[in-house]
Amino acid sequence: MAYRWKNTLKESDVTSEAVFLDRRRLMAGMAGSIAAGALAAPAAAMGPSATAEMGEPNSWEDITSYNNFYEFGTGKGDPARYAHLLTTKPWSVKIDGLVDNPGDYAFEDIMAKMTIEERIYRFRCVERWAMIVPWNGFELADLLALAGVQSDAKYVAFETALRPDEMPGVSQPVIDWPYVEGLRLDEAMHPLTFVATGIYGKDIPNQNGAPLRLVVPWKYGYKSIKSIVRITLTDREPPTAWNKYSAREYGFYSNVNPNRAHPRWSQEYEQLLGQGLFAEKIPTRMFNGYEEEVASLYEGMDLIEYH
Amino acid sequence: MSISATINGPVRAVPTWPIYLGSLAYAGWLLWLGIDGRLGPNPVEALEHALGEAGLYVLIAGLAITPLRRLTGINLLKFRRAVGLCGFFFVTLHLMTWAVLDVQALDRVWADILKRPYITVGMVAFVLMIPLALTSNYWSVRRMGGSWRTLHKLTYVAVLLGGVHYLMLVKGWQIRPMIFVAIIITLLLLRLLKRPRAARS
Repeated sequence: MAYRWKNTLKESDVTSEAVFLDRRRLMAGMAGSIAAGALAAPAAAMGPSATAEMGEPNSWEDITSYNNFYEFGTGKGDPARYAHLLTTKPWSVKIDGLVDNPGDYAFEDIMAKMTIEERIYRFRCVERWAMIVPWNGFELADLLALAGVQSDAKYVAFETALRPDEMPGVSQPVIDWPYVEGLRLDEAMHPLTFVATGIYGKDIPNQNGAPLRLVVPWKYGYKSIKSIVRITLTDREPPTAWNKYSAREYGFYSNVNPNRAHPRWSQEYEQLLGQGLFAEKIPTRMFNGYEEEVASLYEGMDLIEYH
Repeated sequence: MSISATINGPVRAVPTWPIYLGSLAYAGWLLWLGIDGRLGPNPVEALEHALGEAGLYVLIAGLAITPLRRLTGINLLKFRRAVGLCGFFFVTLHLMTWAVLDVQALDRVWADILKRPYITVGMVAFVLMIPLALTSNYWSVRRMGGSWRTLHKLTYVAVLLGGVHYLMLVKGWQIRPMIFVAIIITLLLLRLLKRPRAARS
């Protein structure tokens, strides 16, 4: 690997749940006395330390109660309500296509070979809300190395489990099931591209994509496919779930880009979650703030056309 | 005595003020939940959606009053003004929540109204309701005579646009807004049926 992404944040930077909840209570109290505006925590404040720039991670409660996982329903609370129906043990991921070692990889075997680290990433949904999540997991590149990527592979395709008995949401054709996603190989191999198996040091809850989900922090959230059962190396651009629903609204790349509006709404600003009723919107950042790390992947590309 | 007559008797004694008070209380309660941090991690969205849905529910209830009377004889006409005004109240709060707490800037509000079709549609629905709300009083009914009825047919357009607004904003093929729109269209089509009195003769 060319280089590994340096995480400047450590476990000690994560606000403990107890402290966070105390702070939250304090803020809620303030919200009551100050009737309007200007209350938002300085989440986007720039500072010398990464923590200041990133802001505080969202609470476990926020991260695990407000989810888009349409296999369990389209409401934000539906995944937390119904995802317990999903059986995650045993779990295996089929890795196939242009790889040297195709096959079914048991989740435990994968975990035994990976080094679990923590990554505090900004997570930006196409719906204009954002979270800061302390993930645990490993780089996708390490998993792909296990399978042995062949030289003619250009893309990586992903697929979410499709289990009508365990997923009440798939009885409705909200999108074409199963949920599929894809990355260009260089995006997939990028050191920021992460496979999450935990949050706040605990096993990742089902509503967040247990037992393993992708995290691509510079792209809109739907690229970060959940509960992966299949990874296929291929030489052509794979279909992706939301792109099949509307190519005009959801491109293959789906890089966070304040200059490219979703046809139905602007992407110039966003709402960091957990900031209360009077929180100020913050400006969306190019590549969700990871421009320095990933802009070179798209050199010479028209990011409006290839959105 | 027919079922409708059994119902219509006691209904005449029920005042309309609980509709106003109930709407006010529900909106106040939602706002309080938001301020108190009990609307989840994205309280603005939760409040905005709850108010918009309340508006749709109440306006759809208003659209149901006439077909209900024609089909069953149950007469709730005396509540129609209160229901319509409360629907407008929720839609106004929904719009204010969107503009003040969500979009937060007048230029962005204006840009969205012009550029984003689902917002344009919602905005047109709101604007159509303004003259209806302003003329929802006995004085206007008396002064306007027959034209009052004609003007208030705008309700049909406004509620339908409200449903379409919901349909246009969701991601994916979602069943819920489709059901809302189907109910609205059904309630409008029921008006094309002949009136019971004409049918009987």
